[in-house]
Amino acid sequence: MQIYRAHVLVCAGTGCTSSGSTVLFEEFEKQLKDAGIENEVKMVKTGCFGLCAEGPIVVVYPEGAMYCRVTKEDVAEIVSEHLVKGRIVNRLLEGAGEVQKEEAAAEQSHFFKKQMRIALRNCGHINPENIDEYIAEDGYEALGKVITEMTPEQVIDVMLKSGLRGRGGAGFPTGRKWDFARKSPSDKKYVCCNADEGDPGAFMDRSVLEGDPHVVLEAMAIAGYAIGSDQGYIYVRAEYPIAVKRLQIAIEQARAYGLLGKNILGTDFSFDIELRLGAGAFVCGEETALMTSIEGHRGEPRPRPPFPAVKGLFQKPTILNNVETYANVPRIILNGADWFAGIGSERSKGTKVFAVGGKIKNTGLVEIPMGTTLREVVYDIGGGIPNGKKFKAAQTGGPSGGCIPASLIDTPIEYDTLIEIGSMMGSGGLIVMDEDTCMVDIAKFFLTFTVEESCGKCPPCRIGTKRMLDILTKITKGQGTLSDIDDLYALADAIKSSALCGLGQTAPNPVLSTLRYFKDEYIAHVVDKKCPAGVCKDLMRYTIVADKCKGCSLCARNCPVNCIQGEIKKPFVIDQDKCIKCGTCMDKCKFGAIVKE
Amino acid sequence: MGTDCACCSDEKSKKLLAVIEAEKNTPGSLIHILHEAQEIYGYLPLEVQKTISEHTGIPLAEIYGVVTFYAQFSLKPKGQYRISVCLGTACYVKGADKVLDRLKSELNMDVGDCSEDGKFSLDACRCIGACGLAPVITINDDVYGRLDESEVPGILAKY
Repeated sequence: MQIYRAHVLVCAGTGCTSSGSTVLFEEFEKQLKDAGIENEVKMVKTGCFGLCAEGPIVVVYPEGAMYCRVTKEDVAEIVSEHLVKGRIVNRLLEGAGEVQKEEAAAEQSHFFKKQMRIALRNCGHINPENIDEYIAEDGYEALGKVITEMTPEQVIDVMLKSGLRGRGGAGFPTGRKWDFARKSPSDKKYVCCNADEGDPGAFMDRSVLEGDPHVVLEAMAIAGYAIGSDQGYIYVRAEYPIAVKRLQIAIEQARAYGLLGKNILGTDFSFDIELRLGAGAFVCGEETALMTSIEGHRGEPRPRPPFPAVKGLFQKPTILNNVETYANVPRIILNGADWFAGIGSERSKGTKVFAVGGKIKNTGLVEIPMGTTLREVVYDIGGGIPNGKKFKAAQTGGPSGGCIPASLIDTPIEYDTLIEIGSMMGSGGLIVMDEDTCMVDIAKFFLTFTVEESCGKCPPCRIGTKRMLDILTKITKGQGTLSDIDDLYALADAIKSSALCGLGQTAPNPVLSTLRYFKDEYIAHVVDKKCPAGVCKDLMRYTIVADKCKGCSLCARNCPVNCIQGEIKKPFVIDQDKCIKCGTCMDKCKFGAIVKE
Repeated sequence: MGTDCACCSDEKSKKLLAVIEAEKNTPGSLIHILHEAQEIYGYLPLEVQKTISEHTGIPLAEIYGVVTFYAQFSLKPKGQYRISVCLGTACYVKGADKVLDRLKSELNMDVGDCSEDGKFSLDACRCIGACGLAPVITINDDVYGRLDESEVPGILAKY
């Protein structure tokens, strides 16, 4: 086997591919060849490192130097300085220009310090398209242990004792789900993986699939052994082409190695996996809708009971877990239930991956032990809010979740505490908002999403969410009344108690939680006809402060609708009836004479 | 489209029939067949749906129901350059709506439309997962991130 003195890892996740990492990879190969060291340095395409905002990212081992926002032009310097002469290129390091230039090792940087990687342990570390690299990291050892040394009951017992709960949103104990399916008698059972990550602003599952696809296959096979199934389905979004491709490669490699298929590792256990592509429907993230979609129909939910563990896919007992849940399983088998149960907090065990985005410096992927506070995520890991703005709220749980206001920033992140404060863990999207975000507008944004994505099967969701959106639109246009707010509460109650599926029942949450913590903003829209954050266009006015206006006419010349009039060297005036509130005049004014209110 | 109507073209229908033949006995393969058909034709006109119905035995009404249920399937042809504006939460918070408005006014078309010359089509999409680069648009396979609405005309000029 060839020994390399250095490894160059180039992130090939969606974030970094979007910012141009493919070009970098080719440039590195070319430069290494030019320097004559292509046989000494190994190039590896990896999955996501997590620090997407700083992408494209390149890590050079053995030093573990993490280079950020690398351009094609930087490659020559990294090759000649670092790989030829052994001098780290400080100006490109993560955090360079801020504080710790000398901190070269990726592990030591502030972004990674408070993190703990279980589900993401191989992401950004191995080549996801090479099964040998996964096996070198103890891959498929857990599957081997399970099918040669353990009974299915013992496997379920380990899962129960570990305290692992579903990472897809609702937080149902994984071991109990498997136990129900194990105890349902049937000639055929199915193991499904929910990789239909539909929450806007969430990309945890995509990163696992792109960075470590084999972990999902291994965990599904373990689940198959535990419940007595020989067939798995992965339902993955068609919007994730890289993830789909890597899963296909992984399945073929696992079959070639005899780790999927008939008589795995020479035992009686057989298990195979098929991919099914979604086609862009948020509701298919709901478990019964997902199964209906795998069957080739419109993805509409079915009433429960019967639960999928009794009657699921093709009317057979089925378990469905999400990608991140599966990513924890092999580690739990290898390290034991006690190890996992010792991580996290009293009621929430293990870690949770969050896709942190919005108004925050370090957008990207973080994995933290349960019980970490929101403050630690936003400030210690996330680096705080850019441009000196104030933290206003964080949104978790996507269209089913809610906002956590600044006053509750010290709340530990756990399943139950988040529900108590009116949000939820959700699948892991965490969007940070600053003072420029209007909370009524955000509620409207989520309701617009729900209205468009409602499958239309049950009236509470189909009609109820539409009515709520109508009211919110009215409020943001300055036509709302106080009784509209009462109507919002009444509609929310009705939808919560009568919608068919989990997505419908939770659809009013974004409205309820913003009403709970930011009612003053609703009141400002309704009573004062003002949008405090300056977002809702119909409630905004641009005016020219006569004292500051020099009468230069720059604003008038740039106005796209010619609504600014005046004489040169005298204050100009905006015709409010014609103004389309585009803000161009304010951007152009050199004297700060135009104000938005 | 005119006389060289997509669904009459022999090569394309041959490809489609091969896909149907390979998949029709797999349970639940309709969505997969539709994906492949859209890949072949660019969209799913009624004629294509009829062909699928005839060869799979699935009623046309059911196929139409599935096609119209999922956002990825289109009954209308798409442009040569398909513009998608991500309206996920991270992009929205960072001003994706302004980018979309600018695209609409620059192209003088609405979401879901295709320009008359067939060059551009404009869609709003859900999160593509490049939240670190928000706000993001894609034009076919090119991704443009960390956008400002003022960059829109410059990007369109490249096509």
